[in-house]
Amino acid sequence: MAARPVVDAVIEKRPAHPPRASFAAQLGALLWKDLLIEWRRRELLASLIVFSLLVLLVFDFAFDLRRIEMPVAAPGILWVTFIFAGVLSFNRAFALEKDRGTWEGLLLAPVDRGAIYLAKLLAGVLFMLAVEAVSLVLFAALFDLPADVPRLAAAVAAGTLGFAAVGTLFAAIAANTRARDIFLPVLLFPVSVPVIIGAVKATGLAFGSSDSGYPWLGLILAFDAIFLAVSFAVFEFVAEE
Amino acid sequence: MISARGLTKTYERVPAVRAIDLEVAPGETIALLGANGAGKTTLLRMLATLDKPTAGQLEIAGIDALRKPQQVRALLGLVAHQTYLHPELSAAEDLRFYGQLYGVPELDRRIERLLAEFGLAGRGGSRVAALSRGQQQRLTIARALLHEPTILLMDEPDTGLDAEGMTVLERLLRAGGRTVIFSSHNARWAESVSRRVITLMNGRLA
Repeated sequence: MAARPVVDAVIEKRPAHPPRASFAAQLGALLWKDLLIEWRRRELLASLIVFSLLVLLVFDFAFDLRRIEMPVAAPGILWVTFIFAGVLSFNRAFALEKDRGTWEGLLLAPVDRGAIYLAKLLAGVLFMLAVEAVSLVLFAALFDLPADVPRLAAAVAAGTLGFAAVGTLFAAIAANTRARDIFLPVLLFPVSVPVIIGAVKATGLAFGSSDSGYPWLGLILAFDAIFLAVSFAVFEFVAEE
Repeated sequence: MISARGLTKTYERVPAVRAIDLEVAPGETIALLGANGAGKTTLLRMLATLDKPTAGQLEIAGIDALRKPQQVRALLGLVAHQTYLHPELSAAEDLRFYGQLYGVPELDRRIERLLAEFGLAGRGGSRVAALSRGQQQRLTIARALLHEPTILLMDEPDTGLDAEGMTVLERLLRAGGRTVIFSSHNARWAESVSRRVITLMNGRLA
């Protein structure tokens, strides 16, 4: 033990006004913490990837995908996989904090609630994109379906952002309930329907399904902006309740 | 520093804290005593702005803590029943994380110093999960002091502390200079390190 008492040293130098971290510094710290914890646990990402691969295999066995019109079926199959993986990921983000009590540690800190929301959102999007990348590689290997890769990437990225934007908010709400595993999809699926429809249609276009001329990607981006703005604005109230 | 009037908390019609009036002067060290279920934890959580009172008023450092809890929180350090630590992070990483949230200046130096003075100098790189219960409790108190809070609230901080940790805790409580409210089941020890003792009984001041 050091000779000099910490308490005295602390008191001598106590500032008149408490310091305040910038929004960017808080966001960076929160995101770094979530990613580092996941890297060290290697639990969530591995589970999500295995789950997604199993869902794809179930679809393969159930529908014999080589005999049906793949450009029509593929987007739906992929997005069902992505959505269920996303729900598992969002639920986990807040459930872990709540179960450990670290959520209170966050609330006690003078952290901008928007920074907490954005950090959870970004971590969720990164996890989903990783799962989607692996799922798409397996999908390509299983079904050998030609795709316009840039268009596919844009549809998946935009759809993921919109779904995660509202999913992160609802996961924070569901984390306060006892039946959070059921409560989240019940809340999330109806609200995210516009993004999911747009994402399925835009993904279909990347697989060569007939172009209706409707700007699906633009629609997803518009909903992304709305979901992000609303979720960011109301997250503070959700976090404090 | 802290002014509570008629502070009441009810859980599903069961009163946990009943109309408590409390005035705490700057720099006071107060021990909160009482049996299990007397309302100590509930009172501390309300003072920490984590639980909203069912009724009453609470002012901390001249700020209405019920209307502007976020302004008050920057002034508070809390040692709760839960450690608020992350098992996957190292002791130093966990302190750095919270230090970045609070915007603590000269963070690395401060972490080094806190770890040294809480007897964890050689354990900064150890995962929190690998620390003993006593070491985790010492780290929890260090975390609460990280941002140099004006008010320190501690719920049974002596629980799980080893002899080395108790020495630091006693020094912290005897040092004065900051407002401290802590609860304990060890009445004799609590009285010896505090300047004022408050006893709760069935949610009321005894």
